[in-house]
Amino acid sequence: MSGNNSILQLDGLRKVFGGVVALDGLCLSVGEDTITSVIGPNGAGKTTVFNLVTGYLAPSSGAMIYKNTRLQGAKPHKIALLGIGRTFQNVRIFPDMTVLENVMVGRHARSRAGVTVSALLPAFLRPEEKRIQAEARSWLGFVGLADAMDMPAGSLPLGKQRMVEVARALAIEPDLLLLDEPASGLNSRETIAMGDLIQRIRENQITVVLVEHDMELVMEVSDRVAVMNFGRLVAEGTPREVQEDPEVITAYLGE
Amino acid sequence: MVVRDIIGFCILIALVLVMPHAVGNDYYIGVLIFAAFNCLACIGLSLLMGYAGQISLGHGAFIAIGAYASGLLTTKLGWSPWTAMAAGAFAAMGIAFIVGIPTLRLKGHYLAMATLGFASIIHIVAVAATNLTGGPAGVLNIPRLSLFGYRLDSDIRFYYFAWAAVVIGLYLAFNLIHSRVGRGLRAIHGSEDAAGAAGINTAAYKVQVFVVSAAYASVSGSLYAYYVNYIDPGPFDVMHSVLLVTMVAVGGLHHIWGAVVGALLLSLLPEMLSFTAGYLQVIGIQYRPDYDILVYGGILLVIMLFLPEGLFAGMIAGGKSVWNLVKRVIRGKQVVRE
Repeated sequence: MSGNNSILQLDGLRKVFGGVVALDGLCLSVGEDTITSVIGPNGAGKTTVFNLVTGYLAPSSGAMIYKNTRLQGAKPHKIALLGIGRTFQNVRIFPDMTVLENVMVGRHARSRAGVTVSALLPAFLRPEEKRIQAEARSWLGFVGLADAMDMPAGSLPLGKQRMVEVARALAIEPDLLLLDEPASGLNSRETIAMGDLIQRIRENQITVVLVEHDMELVMEVSDRVAVMNFGRLVAEGTPREVQEDPEVITAYLGE
Repeated sequence: MVVRDIIGFCILIALVLVMPHAVGNDYYIGVLIFAAFNCLACIGLSLLMGYAGQISLGHGAFIAIGAYASGLLTTKLGWSPWTAMAAGAFAAMGIAFIVGIPTLRLKGHYLAMATLGFASIIHIVAVAATNLTGGPAGVLNIPRLSLFGYRLDSDIRFYYFAWAAVVIGLYLAFNLIHSRVGRGLRAIHGSEDAAGAAGINTAAYKVQVFVVSAAYASVSGSLYAYYVNYIDPGPFDVMHSVLLVTMVAVGGLHHIWGAVVGALLLSLLPEMLSFTAGYLQVIGIQYRPDYDILVYGGILLVIMLFLPEGLFAGMIAGGKSVWNLVKRVIRGKQVVRE
């Protein structure tokens, strides 16, 4: 692996939905400060991996270890607190809230005011509130959305909505960021911007794992590529190694 | 707090100060006091419905808990009215916590079902547990409230006090909304999955807001008990809970002001109807109070059909279009002058 230490380790991960085996003993190790892409045909179980790691689904068996912590059984918000951020395949922003408020929600994990304090003191008397806003602004600047701050998030085009989602995930200060098809539905210019953003995220010492179908993007940004088919890992390596792997060609093109 | 809310507060306070002089009749002051109780309960309910996306069909029961706690603790144990009010609020919050924990963990409207059942239980207890609650005969001789040694023994005094309580309740609610917690609640309403990914403990937040809304209802019930000095199970039936939900829905779910507008409208509507009935009689139309419910239903239907976002949103939209019209007229004149 290009990273020396692994930040996330999946060991024999299995998930069965009724009679359908979505993940069949997946083993995968993600190196620290790398960009890893998970690719594979539809139904290979890529998104299921994300949903297991972030606590939206419980694995049928197997282990998930993030920085020496076992993730099994933890609820999504706990996993966010541990430092795993994620985005969703179908953008899930809060459409009625402004772009800034969306990202401020991301600061939730790193702030603490509870019901009593919040009810008694108006926002302008709470220093934490100002801090949350300043931090959210800086993340919006980072993804390049500073000028859209006060717009309702639902009014933005899809490309920018995805950026809002990424900014919100970054605002929880993750060490590991899972991006579920960040480029799907984006035009080529937006895709280039997304690729650029992913690389800048890694420069901030954040490990990125993405599930993606856009091969150009995958090959350009990834340090490692993991190929899945039928709930298993069929190949793993640098983009170049994977492109030449006969098993990968079979998985994508058939026998 | 946004500028719009500050303007809202100014308008509300101005209305509260002007109304007694405008109506000048103890009966109508009483109606406005009851409207204040409804407002208070609806503010709490609106936090739950509009910001956490959950419906409670049992808020009448929390009002009953506040009222009975105040009534019983003051008359039977001789507690001070304020302590009794606090005790009632804590009891309501505790019960909300117990009801909320299992139901709010589930996605979907299980809270509505659970609270509906809970409301019926409380009503039955109020009617049947005659040794404790006095049954249908109720609790008599509940003492009046005193504020800083100042007895709230006239309607007008209680009127100002009740509306001051509404203003305080609004202030707390607005602070809550424009905070980390409020954003968390709105996030849950927007997308529960995304809220979880942002580190929000969705189940705990829903329980918390339910507990807060129960406290609002309980305080409103306590104030009611101290105002009428007598309580019986009558006003605390399930229909009252439904009425509260209707008030919030008619006013508009997506804003706290909607709860205030809805509570005011539906509290005052019966009076307005009987008022207009007088005029109808003059022009020779016989209007009977029986028709009230018909007109009432019709008005609700029209509001829900044409203003599905609620009366408050409709008022804002109406205000905006009038303002745009005014602007256009002014601009038109300027063009002519040039």
